[in-house]
Amino acid sequence: MAMLHDAWLIARKDLKLEIRSRVALNQVVPFALLVLVLFAFALDPDRGLLEKATPGLYWIAVLFSGLLAMQRSFAVEAADGVTDALRLSGLAPAGIYLGKTLSVAVQLLVLEVLLGVGVAVLYGTSITGWLLLLATIVVATAAISTAGTLFGVVAAGLRVRETLLPLLLLPVLAPVLIGSTRAFEAALSGTPSEGWPWVGLMSVFAAVYVVAGIFGFGPLMEES
Amino acid sequence: MEPDDPTSRSGTEPVVHLRGAVALLGRFPALAGVDLDVDRRRIVLLRGANGAGKTTLLRALAGLVPISAGEAVVLGVDLRTDRQSVRHRVGLLAHGLGLYDELSVADNVRFWTRAARADLADAESAMVRLGLDGRLSDVSVGRLSAGQRRRTSLACLIARRPELWLLDEPHAGLDKEGRDVVDELVRDAAAAGATIILSSHELDRAIDLADEIVTLGGGVALDESGEGGDGHVA
Repeated sequence: MAMLHDAWLIARKDLKLEIRSRVALNQVVPFALLVLVLFAFALDPDRGLLEKATPGLYWIAVLFSGLLAMQRSFAVEAADGVTDALRLSGLAPAGIYLGKTLSVAVQLLVLEVLLGVGVAVLYGTSITGWLLLLATIVVATAAISTAGTLFGVVAAGLRVRETLLPLLLLPVLAPVLIGSTRAFEAALSGTPSEGWPWVGLMSVFAAVYVVAGIFGFGPLMEES
Repeated sequence: MEPDDPTSRSGTEPVVHLRGAVALLGRFPALAGVDLDVDRRRIVLLRGANGAGKTTLLRALAGLVPISAGEAVVLGVDLRTDRQSVRHRVGLLAHGLGLYDELSVADNVRFWTRAARADLADAESAMVRLGLDGRLSDVSVGRLSAGQRRRTSLACLIARRPELWLLDEPHAGLDKEGRDVVDELVRDAAAAGATIILSSHELDRAIDLADEIVTLGGGVALDESGEGGDGHVA
């Protein structure tokens, strides 16, 4: 219970920080929408290529934008001795991990909804297979945020964290990118049964990282 | 502000016991064999030139810097084997104040109070005590002056009711009124059963405040002749 109390405390604090600073609203969301627009310019909608590539483009936009949110999540802890204050606080490291994961996940979900609207409007994508789409979004978000938070603390203590985090994280998230893209393709093409195994794969991925985070975040925070 | 349960500890057991304590920063021995004993309710001033090891000693006592050789027991916890257990029982006012710039004063103090599982009423009284109540409580920390930020950090510390206060330059950046408040807080905390170890370059003020003075030089506690001493403070 203490771990959940700490997780809620951290998540609430992080989200309050984001609401007050408006970094996500003023920087991450415009960046994500800009990526979508640039993809639309690069892949001419009239040639049908954009329609085929929409699931992959959507998740690449989510990943790139999510990286900003994850870097921000640890940047606020690196300033002005906050990391030491967290170590001294008595908060359970596993609670800090779960709280930061929850906060990143909430930001990603908001971002994904906005990007979904952007894809529908900019790419003219007709949305079908709602149940599979929603399940994919929830599970992929969990996978990205659980792994991202764990790798975020690895990079947090390093001077090159801004460049190191994408280098560490993007290869690790390749299975999530593939799984979420395939699941979206299945949903949008009207063959949802082909998408559910990918949802299962991403669920396992998220579960593995939750366990790794609960046990590994403390020692990693100690080294950061 | 009383510490959590100051009566639970033995009256004779020192709050801090160091013998030949060594702490390395990289390969450099920032503490090169410090001997120090501090009993409960004492106010101890650490003095010494820049680089003498004051900040490292305070961070080591907080369990943030590993002790690589010697004996180091704080609040009954052996820091050689367990640095985590002591952390929530100490309060460290460091150069980095541990505040979130985008959050308000009240949000910061309440967050760190909740994190320590202390009573939220203590957060409110700490803000009043440090003159951070009223309109100031809703101001983002990033918009405060250096002195107001330091007072906010102090409010976070006292609301947690630590048993051992570790104050690194607590008077720095404060006006006279603020420094008087710090001194009053330190005396009250010691009277309530806490132990305070502070470093300060404001020696006139700090010497008046302290029960004992320990001089550090070259990472060791010096005796009155300037040689390495046993650093016993009781």
